[in-house]
Amino acid sequence: MKQKETAVIMSGVSKKYRYGQIGAGTLQGDLKEWYQRKKNARDKDEKAADAPYSIGDTFYALKDINLTIKRGETLGIIGKNGAGKSTLLKLLSRITAPSEGNIKIYGRVASMLEVGTGFHGELTGRENIYLNGAILGMNRAEITEKIEDIIEFSEVGDFIDTPVKRYSSGMYVKLGFAVAAHLDSEIMIMDEVLAVGDMEFQHKCLDRMKAAAKKEGKTVLYVSHNMHTIRRLCDRCIVLDKGKLVFDGDVDKATAIYLGAEDIQQIRYEFDADYRPYDEYIRLNKRFSMDVLEVLDTQLPEYDEGDIPHLRLTCTSLQQFANVGFRFEFWYQDGTKVGTMLSGKATEIRKGQNVLELRPDLTHLTPGQYRADLVAYLYDSDGNEDILDGVYPGFAFSIRNKLDERHYLDWHHQYWGHIRLHDMTVNRWQ
Amino acid sequence: MKTYYTNIESNNRGFRLNLKELWEYRDLVLLLTNKTFTLSYKQTVLGPAWIIISPMLSSLMYIVIFGIIAGISTNGIPQVLFYLCSTTFWTLFAASLTSNAYTFLNNAHIFGKVYFPRIAVPVSNVLVNLIKFAIQMIIVVGLIIYYTCKGEVDPVWYLWPLLPFILIHISVMGMSFGVIVSSLTTKYRDLSILVSFIMQLWMYGTPVVYPLSQLADGSLIKKIIMYNPMTAPMELFRYIMTGKGDVMPGYCAASVALTFVCTLVGIIVFNHVEKTFMDTV
Repeated sequence: MKQKETAVIMSGVSKKYRYGQIGAGTLQGDLKEWYQRKKNARDKDEKAADAPYSIGDTFYALKDINLTIKRGETLGIIGKNGAGKSTLLKLLSRITAPSEGNIKIYGRVASMLEVGTGFHGELTGRENIYLNGAILGMNRAEITEKIEDIIEFSEVGDFIDTPVKRYSSGMYVKLGFAVAAHLDSEIMIMDEVLAVGDMEFQHKCLDRMKAAAKKEGKTVLYVSHNMHTIRRLCDRCIVLDKGKLVFDGDVDKATAIYLGAEDIQQIRYEFDADYRPYDEYIRLNKRFSMDVLEVLDTQLPEYDEGDIPHLRLTCTSLQQFANVGFRFEFWYQDGTKVGTMLSGKATEIRKGQNVLELRPDLTHLTPGQYRADLVAYLYDSDGNEDILDGVYPGFAFSIRNKLDERHYLDWHHQYWGHIRLHDMTVNRWQ
Repeated sequence: MKTYYTNIESNNRGFRLNLKELWEYRDLVLLLTNKTFTLSYKQTVLGPAWIIISPMLSSLMYIVIFGIIAGISTNGIPQVLFYLCSTTFWTLFAASLTSNAYTFLNNAHIFGKVYFPRIAVPVSNVLVNLIKFAIQMIIVVGLIIYYTCKGEVDPVWYLWPLLPFILIHISVMGMSFGVIVSSLTTKYRDLSILVSFIMQLWMYGTPVVYPLSQLADGSLIKKIIMYNPMTAPMELFRYIMTGKGDVMPGYCAASVALTFVCTLVGIIVFNHVEKTFMDTV
């Protein structure tokens, strides 16, 4: 039966918001706004061309989302700020209604957009468990049945009959999550609630959610900016961008798309303004700029660990510099910084065009996709630096997964990190 | 196992009162009631005794101002009983209204994070007020018995089974007005400032501190006061409790009809607002 397998079906769901203050808050304000909108409609042609929007215009926080989630799936939802993740969760947890389309939900929904919703400082931990549990949809009997487990999970212990206003923020969060984690709902919606609490507790929570999905067949929807937790928890992932669903499927692929590291095949980079998002902060003085980077040794930037790519960098300088350094800052595909490689000795830059050969040694990097930001800087003997130019990213490539005597294992990035240090020797004691 | 199914449509506004869902959340209603009740008297010295003290204080004030200074007649009912009886009854209505007038604003932080039938909050507020009323009635009934023994009042005992209906009627009326106000305050905050003023005016427009019989028949002020939906229930309540008061079946029926209309409007407005108010608050 279809219902048995499906948890959520969203068809053509959109959510519209109006620009400007929605509802001015007073009747007078509303009348003014109404007049303003009328006037805008009349003056449409005269509207200043550079005005991005006028009061009363609408925009889509979510546009035409079609999504089917199966029972027992753990779905990660990622996207940049403003991509519509939170709106999506709000629609699914019925906090606000969609402007278009409809959503069918099979099962009870527990939304954890915040931990400890409805906690009241004057009430004790135990009273708050009941209240919070009831707000999340449990009845009194269910809570009574589980309260010992909840208290144990929360690690609050002896303080359970103390008003929560005396709790530390950590205890508060733990208690809140403990209640949510014991819900019997078939569908659980979480918005980065795990970002709070200590590391150990975070892992405990993730494991609990994972167990809920795998053993009890619960459906978990999880929004996070942390690719590690997404990877740890989810078996499917969607990427939202400006309210649209841009990817749906494999978690690794999704995180790669989110981080902009997909389809690495570029072998010639022309560094225009897109490569310098932080320009106004760091490159105060445009004396020097990196213009073009070419990958010379391959048509597809895929390397084995230990390879040394052959790169040619063309740059232009308005003046002469005696000691310029270059560095590559490496990022792994999930958004963690791996390490930084410096140019060994100072390079002399002449006025005009300079063509440089770059030979980064990719030893120690483990299989996966990387991007490297390239930064050029001036430095002095006191260790001060003065950034001349930086391009983000300067070079993207992947390291092949090659199983040989040196790479005898699949590399587990989430547990081992992204760097493979020098091998040690292990000898039988003579 | 029970299977739950929800269909969220973009356009099902209008009338939809999901009593089944409210019933599923009955424990939440009770817990909210319990919470409001306990929290009202946390860190007070007298605690729940305030439930009885506050109507007594206001009755005392009315006795001094309206009974002694202004010399308004109480139709032969002992002043203590007259004012206490009227005040508790009025307070039930007024509290049902004002406690709900800020439902959306006060609970925005909860409503914005989790779904539950929003109507659970107004219902629990009404329950709190009914419980307080029941406690206050202990004193009122005590006084009635005392004065009946003394022969000063003559309650209409056979009409007492009607009381629950009257109480439900006025608390639902209060709740409906409150819900309408709270739905509108999500857009127009002005209303929340007006509420306390309107409630004061309304009280004086209701025969709370004076009996209706004090007003001259046919006078304009009486006509206006008769249109007040609280007038007929107030007089009926006092008639049942003390044997003195004007029973006006026609006006009572009109008041009940108004409650129905308000409840309908309240539910429609509430449903409309509860789905999207998070976007406006």
